[in-house]
Amino acid sequence: MDDPAQLSEYGKILIILLIGALLVCATIFLARLISPKKNNPIKSGTYECGEEPIGSSWVQFNPRFYVIALVFLLFDVELIFIFPWATVFGQSEYIAADERWGWFTMIEMAMFIGVLILGLVFVWKKGDLEWVKPQVSLPKVPVYIPDSAYASLNSKTYQLRDYVVVADETVVGEVVTANEVVSVPKPAFKPRFKKPE
Amino acid sequence: MSLDSQLQNDGVIVAKLDDLLNWARLSSMWPMSFGIACCAIEMMGAMASTYDLDRMGVFPRPSPRQSDVIIIAGTVTFKMADRIKKLYEQMPDPKYVISMGSCSNCGGPYWQHGYHVVKGVDKIIPVDVYVQGCPPRPEALIGAFIELQKKIDKESLLGEQLFKEKA
Repeated sequence: MDDPAQLSEYGKILIILLIGALLVCATIFLARLISPKKNNPIKSGTYECGEEPIGSSWVQFNPRFYVIALVFLLFDVELIFIFPWATVFGQSEYIAADERWGWFTMIEMAMFIGVLILGLVFVWKKGDLEWVKPQVSLPKVPVYIPDSAYASLNSKTYQLRDYVVVADETVVGEVVTANEVVSVPKPAFKPRFKKPE
Repeated sequence: MSLDSQLQNDGVIVAKLDDLLNWARLSSMWPMSFGIACCAIEMMGAMASTYDLDRMGVFPRPSPRQSDVIIIAGTVTFKMADRIKKLYEQMPDPKYVISMGSCSNCGGPYWQHGYHVVKGVDKIIPVDVYVQGCPPRPEALIGAFIELQKKIDKESLLGEQLFKEKA
C-alpha cells in the first residue's frame, strides 16, 4: 500500500462514486433518448384520482406543523444517540475495567436527556403542543369613547330617499358652467410691464 | 434465440435494443388499481394468491404515473368516461388498455336501454385487448395479459416513426 501508484482505500471509494454517478447519468440519458414523449396538458396536470383539481397546489401551509415537526425531530435524534449508547457504552468489559465508567456514562446520558426534557417542558408550558393555544392574550388598546356613543350611532334611524335619475341634470349643469367659463370677466389685476421713459 | 433461453444458457446476452425493451416492458406490466364494477372483483381474484398475477410481473400500482396498463374492469358510465379519459392521459407512454368484461367491451346488458352507459370503452380510449365474459373469470384476465405480452413482443422502437402504415 506504500506504493503511490496503488489506490488507497479512499481512492476506491472515489472510483465507486464516479462510476455510480456515471451509470446514473447514462441511464437517465438513455431513457431520454428512447422513451416515448407524448406530453399534453392533461398528462402534466395534477393527479387527483381522475377528478379535476381544484385550485393550485401552491397553498399556504400552517406553520404550526413546523413546531411539531421540530419537536419530533428532537426526540428522533435523541433515540439515534440512545441506541449506540446502550450497546457500546454499556459493554460489561468497560464497566469491569473501571467501575466508575458505568456511572459516568449514566450521568452523561441523563444530562443529555435532561436538556431535551427541559426543552419539552418549555414547549409544553408555552402551549405549543396543543393545536389551539390554550391561553391567548389579545392585545387591547384603551379607548376613551364611551360605548353609548357607538350605541346611539347604531340606533339612529336614517331617512331613505327614493332613487332619482339625475344624470341629465348634471349634464345640463356642466353645459351651464361651461358657458359661465366663457363669460367670466377678465381678472381685475393684470400685470404689465411699464416701459421706462 | 429468445432472451429467456439465452439467460438460461450463459450469462451473456446478445440482443437488439427492440427485443430488450420489449422484454423489459412485457415482463413488468403494472396495471393501475382501478376497478369500476363487478369485474373488479374478478380482477382482485386474479391478483390475489389463488391465481397470483404477480408471477407474471403484473402488480397493481396506486397511481397512473407508475402504471403501464389500465384494466377497464366494469361498466363505463358517461360520468366515469371523463375520469377514465383523464386517468388514461395521465399514464406515461407506452401505455396499454385491457377492456375487461362485456360492459366495457360493448355496453353489455346496457347495450340497448342503458341511457347512462358508454357503449364500449373503445369510444373513449384505444383498447389493446378485449376480454369477453360477464364477468370474465380470472383465467380470462390472465389470458388477456398473455395476449398483451405477445402484442408488446412485436413492438419496435422506431416502428411508429419509420413505418406509419404498420402502427
